[in-house]
Amino acid sequence: MSDMRTPLAKVRGLGSAKDGTDTFWRQRLTAIANIPLLLFFVGLLIALNGAGYDEVRATLGNPFVSLVLVLVLVSGLVHMRIGMKEIIEDYIHDEGIKIALVVLNTFFAFAIGVACVFALLKIAFGG
Amino acid sequence: MSNSTATRPGMRQRPLSPHLQVYRLIPTMVMSIVHRITGAALYVGTLLVAWWLIAAATSESYFEFVNGLYGSWFGRLVLFGYTWALLHHMLGGLRHLVWDTGTAMGKETSTKLAWATIAGSVTLTVLVWIAGYMARGG
Ligand code: HEM
Repeated sequence: MSDMRTPLAKVRGLGSAKDGTDTFWRQRLTAIANIPLLLFFVGLLIALNGAGYDEVRATLGNPFVSLVLVLVLVSGLVHMRIGMKEIIEDYIHDEGIKIALVVLNTFFAFAIGVACVFALLKIAFGG
Repeated sequence: MSNSTATRPGMRQRPLSPHLQVYRLIPTMVMSIVHRITGAALYVGTLLVAWWLIAAATSESYFEFVNGLYGSWFGRLVLFGYTWALLHHMLGGLRHLVWDTGTAMGKETSTKLAWATIAGSVTLTVLVWIAGYMARGG
């Protein structure tokens, strides 16, 4: 009725944060992707249980394993970053602390991702 | 809770909506909370994954050190918990994805799903560990 939005804004449906339901959608997308990816990860760990250094490195250095693990990491970390942001926003009401935690959350996800992918590449390229 | 609502002098006391503790705990509520707790536990658990990968990329002695920690009884306990958290969160997430389609939201159905999630995650966790030990016996 008293909608102040322009017809274009209404059609785009992105709301005041300009990203609409993107986060919600990405959380579902990564949740779906996580199912096969993390089952692969669990399977890999079952296969590697009790394996020594050389065997673990040979397996992790396999291009297929390496690539799928990068997907596991990206999907898992994007998903967990959104999830934790939601948890922070639910419980932390002090604006300053909230922003600090949301920033740290992103740093954590990126740091873990970069460290893990670097480790995988190092193993894959024989360093 | 009775007098905590007037934050400014002269402000009228306002009724609060009922908070968590007035509700009787039911299976679907517990599963909702556990989904969040397992999500947060998995968040911390990524450190274990990262440490293991970094160890494998560093050197044989460092890998043996980390592998030894993970293989100790305490390490295994933590990894067992991590396995359960992952599988429980996965089944719980699957339930959320089904709900997103608007199905299985009835009272009886969702309660059954809650029980199925916990039973399924415990069973799967035990199976994964049995498979792990059978793969190599160690
Ligand atoms: C294995 C497959 C997975 C599936 C199917 C899945 C599914 C989901 C879904 C549907 C949600 C949203 C729940 C809601 O809207 O209340 C969620 C939340 C979350 N997930 Fe996952 N997830 C998976 C793996 C992971 C992993 C590996 C992590 C962490 C490394 C993780 C961390 C989180 C966190 C922190 C939340 C937020 C919890 C909350 O808001 O209560 N998830 N997950």
